[in-house]
Amino acid sequence: MNSSNRQPLLQVEHLKQYFKPRRDYTVKAVDDVNFEIYPGEVYGLVGESGSGKSTIGKSVIRLYTPTSGKIIFKGTDISGTLTKDARDTLRTKMMMIFQDPMASLNPRKTIGDIIGEGLDIHKQYTSRDERREKIVSILKKVGLSPEHYNRYPHQFSGGQRQRVGIARALIMNPDLIIADECISALDVSIQAQVVNLLKDIQAETGSAYLFIAHDLSMVKYFSDRIGVLHLGHMLETGTTEEIFANPVHPYTRSLISAIPLPNPGLEKRRKVVGYDYASSGIDYTVGSNHVLEGTHTVFGTDEEIARWTSKQ
Amino acid sequence: MNDFEFLKNRNLQTDRNFASQPYWAGVFKRFFAKKRPVIGLMIVSVILLLAVIGPMVSGYSYREISSVINPETGKQVVARGISPRIPWLHSLLGKEPYTDFFAEKTFLFGTDDLGRDLWTRTWYGARVSLLIAFVTIFIDVIIGMTFGLISGYFGGVVDAIMQRFVEVANSVPRLVIVSVLAIFMPKGIGLVIVALLLTEWIGMSKIARAEMLKIKELEYILASRTLGAGNFNIIFKDVLPNTIGPIITQVMFSIPTAIFTEAFLSFVGVGIMLPQCSVGSLIEDGFNNITTLPYQIIPPILVLAFMMLGFNFIGDGLREALAPKLEDM
Amino acid sequence: MEEKDKILDIKNLDVSFRTSAGTVHALRGVNIDLYRGETVAIVGESGSGKSVSMKAAMGLLAPNATVNDGQILFRFKNSSGEIEEADILKKDKKWIRRNINGKHMAMVFQDPMTSLDPTMPIGRQITEGIIAHLGLSKKEAWEKARDLLLEVGITDAEKRMHHYPHQLSGGMRQRVVIAIALSCDPDLLICDEPTTALDVTIQAMILDLIMKVQKTRGISVIYITHDLGVVAKVADYVNVMYAGKIVEVGNVNEIFYEPAHPYTWGLLSAMPDLSTDDVRLYTIPGSPPNLLHEMPGDAFAARNPYALAIDEKEHPPMFKITETHSAATWLLDPRAPKVEMPAELKARLERMRREAQG
Repeated sequence: MNSSNRQPLLQVEHLKQYFKPRRDYTVKAVDDVNFEIYPGEVYGLVGESGSGKSTIGKSVIRLYTPTSGKIIFKGTDISGTLTKDARDTLRTKMMMIFQDPMASLNPRKTIGDIIGEGLDIHKQYTSRDERREKIVSILKKVGLSPEHYNRYPHQFSGGQRQRVGIARALIMNPDLIIADECISALDVSIQAQVVNLLKDIQAETGSAYLFIAHDLSMVKYFSDRIGVLHLGHMLETGTTEEIFANPVHPYTRSLISAIPLPNPGLEKRRKVVGYDYASSGIDYTVGSNHVLEGTHTVFGTDEEIARWTSKQ
Repeated sequence: MNDFEFLKNRNLQTDRNFASQPYWAGVFKRFFAKKRPVIGLMIVSVILLLAVIGPMVSGYSYREISSVINPETGKQVVARGISPRIPWLHSLLGKEPYTDFFAEKTFLFGTDDLGRDLWTRTWYGARVSLLIAFVTIFIDVIIGMTFGLISGYFGGVVDAIMQRFVEVANSVPRLVIVSVLAIFMPKGIGLVIVALLLTEWIGMSKIARAEMLKIKELEYILASRTLGAGNFNIIFKDVLPNTIGPIITQVMFSIPTAIFTEAFLSFVGVGIMLPQCSVGSLIEDGFNNITTLPYQIIPPILVLAFMMLGFNFIGDGLREALAPKLEDM
Repeated sequence: MEEKDKILDIKNLDVSFRTSAGTVHALRGVNIDLYRGETVAIVGESGSGKSVSMKAAMGLLAPNATVNDGQILFRFKNSSGEIEEADILKKDKKWIRRNINGKHMAMVFQDPMTSLDPTMPIGRQITEGIIAHLGLSKKEAWEKARDLLLEVGITDAEKRMHHYPHQLSGGMRQRVVIAIALSCDPDLLICDEPTTALDVTIQAMILDLIMKVQKTRGISVIYITHDLGVVAKVADYVNVMYAGKIVEVGNVNEIFYEPAHPYTWGLLSAMPDLSTDDVRLYTIPGSPPNLLHEMPGDAFAARNPYALAIDEKEHPPMFKITETHSAATWLLDPRAPKVEMPAELKARLERMRREAQG
């Protein structure tokens, strides 16, 4: 994707998100993370649990107030106190799809009301008929039937609920959809359904995704560019080809080696490269971002980068 | 059509599956599947029914003193302290007919020492007790839920201040509140209701707050926030309907508490005033005469006991029916 | 073929559950065989009945379950060293708890946190079972527990035994759970999604560990999973389950390189491998059926693009393809039209086979 001469849709600069559960204790969930997403692009964010990938999603959509750093969405700074215009842009043009299909739909609301919530809040219809029409057409688009309109979430399976969650985001015609581990709770066959649906939507509406996942094979399949997170630090980022053809950071290599392959012949021979931060001798508090080629950027000290790149 | 032909004209891309059982149908079935909630419901229904029609069918009013004129002396004779009597049943059993002035009259539960029909007074008292309970619980639910939901939703300083207030309110014994109130207010129904209002909402607010703390972190609330929903909408449209289950259960447990508190206040003499009566004041009357007219205390005590039992059974059943354990699959 | 020692034989198992919404027919005639030292994977979506069938095998069915039909024959060495065969369904819960669970059959669950007691140091949790089942003294049990922890790859075992579960990482906890499962030398280990709750880099290590333990001890393992990556890595034989029935069974190469059932086709193509760059993944449309409703014919027909008219009337029998491979689909009937698997899947399996050889 030619992204050099376009304005990014979302720019995240030096984002820090700290939590203070106790007075004498700070959790640095996200520490100095930079990335940008261009219109129509899929940016995959991978890392293990506790890497801060979900926190980034929630900070960007302002479920959290960032500790410091800048988030610029469609040219508007949305990191500080929100002006009314900034809030309107954020709440209508950036949507989120959640992780847990069992918890992401209000059990006391009908499917129609859940999908229509955004329309209701921002008054995006002139008559009840128009509202219903919009909701029914979205239902069809996500592969559900109009007769589901008056049903309740508990009457559906996990995959169906996740499609309702997608419909809720989709109805607002967002420019950016944050998909926070939206497939990890689903069965494999349903995961593929959902990813296909997300792909179709992208082709049709041109919306961009921040695709947060721990499953590298789906991320590779779906994303244009990838960021690898560990313990709140962005260790490596670049296009999918750059990362998979030439993983530089030992953590990235470990992640890629851990991808299970649905091929018994290969899988039985596969060796996992371990990575243990404590014993690796790598210190995330020192080091800087090094651009290797194109957009491929790796975080580390000069000496580390030299070592990792020479080992090829 | 040949068995081994492909099926045609199928729309596989639209998913029509859904489970057919709506939520409330499941609750209903689970509630009625167990014995105790059904028994509880039957007890409460019978008591409610009798509280409504009991005083109407007796032919007496709750304040009416039964008396006849003694034809020999021309003096009024009052039906004081008559034990339960049903003349036709009496003769049916082949017993000697009553010989006093009220030989033809029916007093199912007997009369009190002023000559009032106890059947009428018992059901009238049950009516008063239930009414007081319903009214105070209704108001308590509104106050307690609003307080608890707001406290839980905003958290931080707001929550800290509101919770300190709850702690202070909760630490004052009910009897102290009643004593203070009794200085400023006349004794009677009003005092009982205010005393209940001041104490019962705390339980509701605690449950509402706990539910809010649990629900507000759930993803569907986060989803509403990412859509730009306001605080008011989130509290009252998203969270409130999801707290209904625990609140109804709490109501079922609060009703017997309210009835019992009312009975207690009336028993110690700051509750219902004559000629009004409630279950509590009837028990007090009966207790005063327990050595001479022991039958008087039995009906109101049984009614109180069954009311408490019934509402507790219903509450238990609702709690299980509303929050089923996941059926192990 | 040499004579193999069959340790578990589930025959025509049929189980339903009474729920407030009606009767859920969860298992509708399940057959599973397992021989000593081998690994069987049961693959299926949630609700397909894969966990229920294993709970039945362990005698852990919920009280609202009814067994309508079937046998679960389990063969194990009893205390006097003879081979004993028992039908789990005919034994009472107490007998199963005393003689089977934790002794000859052990289970590893998805979430290690739920199977460990948070209030007890792990050393005591391991020794408890050993003392109860094997009758060892406290000191002997403690030594055995330490050896077990070393066996599951916990190096500082002596120190770790004084730790509480919350002081360990997720991978470490799962190792402890495995140690507890192994503590009474079981003949059969049942692993229910043992790696789903773990980070990807840990997953492979836990699977490697289970495989190593299996090899050294010669035990049989059943995996319950929806992750074909896990299946490819560990399984000798695969049972594909759908809506309470086994729809395809075969050895791991047959299932992955020559799948015959359209459902298996869908499962395989739904998982992208690292060389997949097809524009779309071929997927199974729709969602799994609700087992509250009795289905005449093939439960998969409603989602099957290759469904035949007969699928709506009669459930297909198991058609034998090879000695070890069979599938329940009418497409294998000689009268059925010839159907090829989707072209993109075919190309991919071709490539996978080449990669596997190369």
